[in-house]
Amino acid sequence: MGELTRTGAADLGAAIAAGTVSAEEVTRAHLAQIDAVDGTVHAFLHVAADDAIEQARRVDQRRAAGERLGPLAGVPLALKDVLTWTKAPTTCASKMLEGWVPPYDATVTRKLIDAGIVILGKTNLDEFAMGSSTENSAYGPTRNPWDTDRIPGGSGGGSAAALAAFEAPIAIGTDTGGSIRQPGSVTGTVGVKPTYGGVSRFGLVALASSLDQAGPCARSVLDAALLHEVIGGHDPYDSTSIDAPVPSVVEAARYGDVTGMRIGVVKELGGEGYAAGVEQRFNEAVALLTELGAEVVEVSCPHFGYALPAYYLIQPSETSSNLAKFDSMRYGLRVGDDGSHSAEEVMSLTREAGFGPEVKRRIILGTYALSSGYYDAYYGSAQKVRTLIIDDFTKAFETCDVLVSPTTPTTAFRIGERADDPVAMYKADLCTIPSSLAGNAAASFPVGLAPEDGLPVGLQVMAPPMADDRLYRVGAALERALEDQWGGPIWRALDSVSKGDDPLEPPIRANNSTREGGMA
Amino acid sequence: MALSVDEVAALARLARIELSEDERAQLAPQLEVILESVAKVTDVATDDVVPTSHPLPLTNVFRTDEVRPSLPVEAVLAGAPAAEEDRFRVPQILGEEQ
Repeated sequence: MGELTRTGAADLGAAIAAGTVSAEEVTRAHLAQIDAVDGTVHAFLHVAADDAIEQARRVDQRRAAGERLGPLAGVPLALKDVLTWTKAPTTCASKMLEGWVPPYDATVTRKLIDAGIVILGKTNLDEFAMGSSTENSAYGPTRNPWDTDRIPGGSGGGSAAALAAFEAPIAIGTDTGGSIRQPGSVTGTVGVKPTYGGVSRFGLVALASSLDQAGPCARSVLDAALLHEVIGGHDPYDSTSIDAPVPSVVEAARYGDVTGMRIGVVKELGGEGYAAGVEQRFNEAVALLTELGAEVVEVSCPHFGYALPAYYLIQPSETSSNLAKFDSMRYGLRVGDDGSHSAEEVMSLTREAGFGPEVKRRIILGTYALSSGYYDAYYGSAQKVRTLIIDDFTKAFETCDVLVSPTTPTTAFRIGERADDPVAMYKADLCTIPSSLAGNAAASFPVGLAPEDGLPVGLQVMAPPMADDRLYRVGAALERALEDQWGGPIWRALDSVSKGDDPLEPPIRANNSTREGGMA
Repeated sequence: MALSVDEVAALARLARIELSEDERAQLAPQLEVILESVAKVTDVATDDVVPTSHPLPLTNVFRTDEVRPSLPVEAVLAGAPAAEEDRFRVPQILGEEQ
């Protein structure tokens, strides 16, 4: 087999099961890659090297004992640092939880371990998952492996960058307004937000409880589907978990046929404010879907233009309530406990010291939106917009099997470019928020590099609740057809950065003559 | 929608965040811009629209009341900022005058 860090999860799992390579070798190869590149990329907040090798050895022992292992047993994974794992600190990239080792595993973590997946460590994010660039991490930004001056998206920039830097073949992300899909889009990787309730939230540190959803991230559609199947399903520890079988996502990813599918292009998600290269690659992908046998129609979702404002009321409102638990009494940071301050004063001092600027901004905003006199105008109106957006989706899904749009209006922007302009930053989630508010299934798939900057473009697919398999059908069909055009996966263009040869050199640009025409 | 520095201070008190003067001064105009950009939700939120608080049609979920072991006390207190006699130790809750 080829180089281990360039091999996908499905192939690694098969090789480990066949005994061609050991889980320990695979894990060591990825740990070595982390050593080589993470000083530049900074995808990880914590690398659990010793524990990862232990986990891998256990898989090798189980295999040696004749046990039949699952398809991802022995495959390394990067876990977003917002899910609890007893073997490492869970910090949510906040000073508030610096060094906090949780006393229990999240259900997602437990399922990964049961499947024999090797957890390499915890990945960086915007503090408490609030942001679109991973610049809001209290431990410093993550860099995009395609161009280390650029953001890897957010909040799950660490998980997406780990994939693009070949530090792990699969990763777990969480998506509240686009935090799996937008990082996937700007790093040329696959990111899936399952239907709300499709994956347990037990042990996922809550940002906005009615929106948060964990999901799979990978470099290929099949790898994402295999991981989706591992983490999905009902959990009695989460009362909002859906008690139904996981949609047949792996079969859909293998099948990858869009013949006869009706695909709706959302009229409102395009036009002014969208980069030319994003629109170009999106339109080409849509044309390709038609060639592959899908029937493409234009649909109108008139209320999607109100999704972003509604989200930035609902999310901060839920956040201001959820983050009240960080009161310095039972876990995390405590400041000013010197005998001269009351519990309330200690709380206020701790929250001032422990939270970063964006978290404070959203807590204050949410407190305002929920305060008496403003509740009806802000939070109440936003909840009504949520209804209107769900109605738009319901109507569109009467005539379409899935909807598509660009995942995010631009390619990766430069680190620092939007740091002082919260409203500009929030617009990165323009296209991903409608599905978050509606709680349906959505994913981002790479569809090429924008000609103007050579950076990845993602196409978003949105499907009705519990029709997650449709995302994979479209994603797999696109992936197969595009890789035929390109002569290989999109990340082949990435090798200069990720091999650690000279990570500060700019990566291969789109106009480089050595590159395949179709991709550039 | 003007938001004064005093209003920000009042919100920070409600949210139990001891914001510095600089932070209050910085936040007031930022929040104003954000609030202006989100105010358009009121354009379409007419009386006839039912609000949605949650994407799933939720009903209460019941399970049988079975006794299960809870987390060990040591494990729970291991992450506490301060502990004493198997309990969380917290700063004084009542002031001198109470």
